[in-house]
Amino acid sequence: METFQFNFGPWSNQSKLGSKNPIIVGVVGSGNLEVLVEEVDLKGRTQFSLETSIDGFEQTWQAVLSDFAEQKRFANTLITINDGGATPAVVQLRLAQAAQQWKETP
Amino acid sequence: MERNTMRLENISGLYESSARERISLILDTASFQEILPPSRRISSPHLKTLGMPIAFDDGIVIGEGLLEGGKVFCAAQEPGFMGGSVGEVHGAKLTGLLERAAIEKPAAVILILDTGGVRLHEANAGLIAISEIQRALFKARSMGVVVIAISAGSNGIYGGIGIVARCCDYVLITEQGRLSVSGPEVIESQKGVEEFDARDKALVWRTMGGKHRYLQNEAQAYTKDSIENIRATIAAYFGKPVPLSLEELLRQHKSLGQRLEKFRDCTDALDIWAKMGIQNPDQIPGLDDESFIAIANRVRDHD
Repeated sequence: METFQFNFGPWSNQSKLGSKNPIIVGVVGSGNLEVLVEEVDLKGRTQFSLETSIDGFEQTWQAVLSDFAEQKRFANTLITINDGGATPAVVQLRLAQAAQQWKETP
Repeated sequence: MERNTMRLENISGLYESSARERISLILDTASFQEILPPSRRISSPHLKTLGMPIAFDDGIVIGEGLLEGGKVFCAAQEPGFMGGSVGEVHGAKLTGLLERAAIEKPAAVILILDTGGVRLHEANAGLIAISEIQRALFKARSMGVVVIAISAGSNGIYGGIGIVARCCDYVLITEQGRLSVSGPEVIESQKGVEEFDARDKALVWRTMGGKHRYLQNEAQAYTKDSIENIRATIAAYFGKPVPLSLEELLRQHKSLGQRLEKFRDCTDALDIWAKMGIQNPDQIPGLDDESFIAIANRVRDHD
């Protein structure tokens, strides 16, 4: 079990902090993960808080998450992940799902 | 409570969907309000100490919404998180929902169950949770609230939750659904492969599967795994609680005793089906839902 926190940004596209409802995608299972996205005052940054059952992959997580953060530039967004040993491809898929749903959330 | 927004295109039934999808599919569109949503982070205190990943909802989604316009409470176990198993928090959420139902008296409580039973990693707390759920369930029923269990998922309903399901007013099952206490692997490991071969899927389904459970009236409703059918079946139970009385209990015990007498010599579900008057019992597992329901409704025991 390992726990990481990564911060990216701040991004310039900060909209006013509102009352966006949190969203969740995925399920914690073998080779799967859940991604919870919430609006939090993070001074314009994206923050990832992550717990994974598989040790020793900090650099891989850093690479996948920084790629996502740079692409989406979600300001004031806390993304919390519970991971059951998902591969980077599954992580990217879930993040893409989360991003899609987050954009559609009022 | 949080409103839930979810994309549900291309999902036709419950079998392969997640707990959250199932609730959104069963209830009226966008009517679900979750209680203790993932953002509250009410999750298992035990798994962390064992170095195991947690889920923000501890593998169960609870809340209220509408079905055909009627106010309902709903819970769905997440099949993908630790086999839908009941830990301390998971159980407490179910108990709390049922206790609230006893006070607020919704048109029904819908339990979409999909579980192997108690989570072994927190077994004592889980076992206590099962008894608390049962107590809360009977409390809700004693207030006239209709409680409906649904078995349409890949894990089936096993262990203590198998007992909980049969404490409900009604069990709704699909062909893929299963209902029992000990699971196939458990029986095989305890009694040997001669007693029960867990790898024999045909045996497993004709012993614990939806069709057999409906024929036995262990499930009171059998439907195709379609959202429309399941919704209509649930709505038809609104306002029809099964009496919870000593008389009713004694009647059920008597009926179970009669079943034991009638089928005492049967060693396989096929023998039972034959004795019930089904002409070609070996064809039952292969029948489509419509043909099966037509035959079943001719022969099954309604209490």
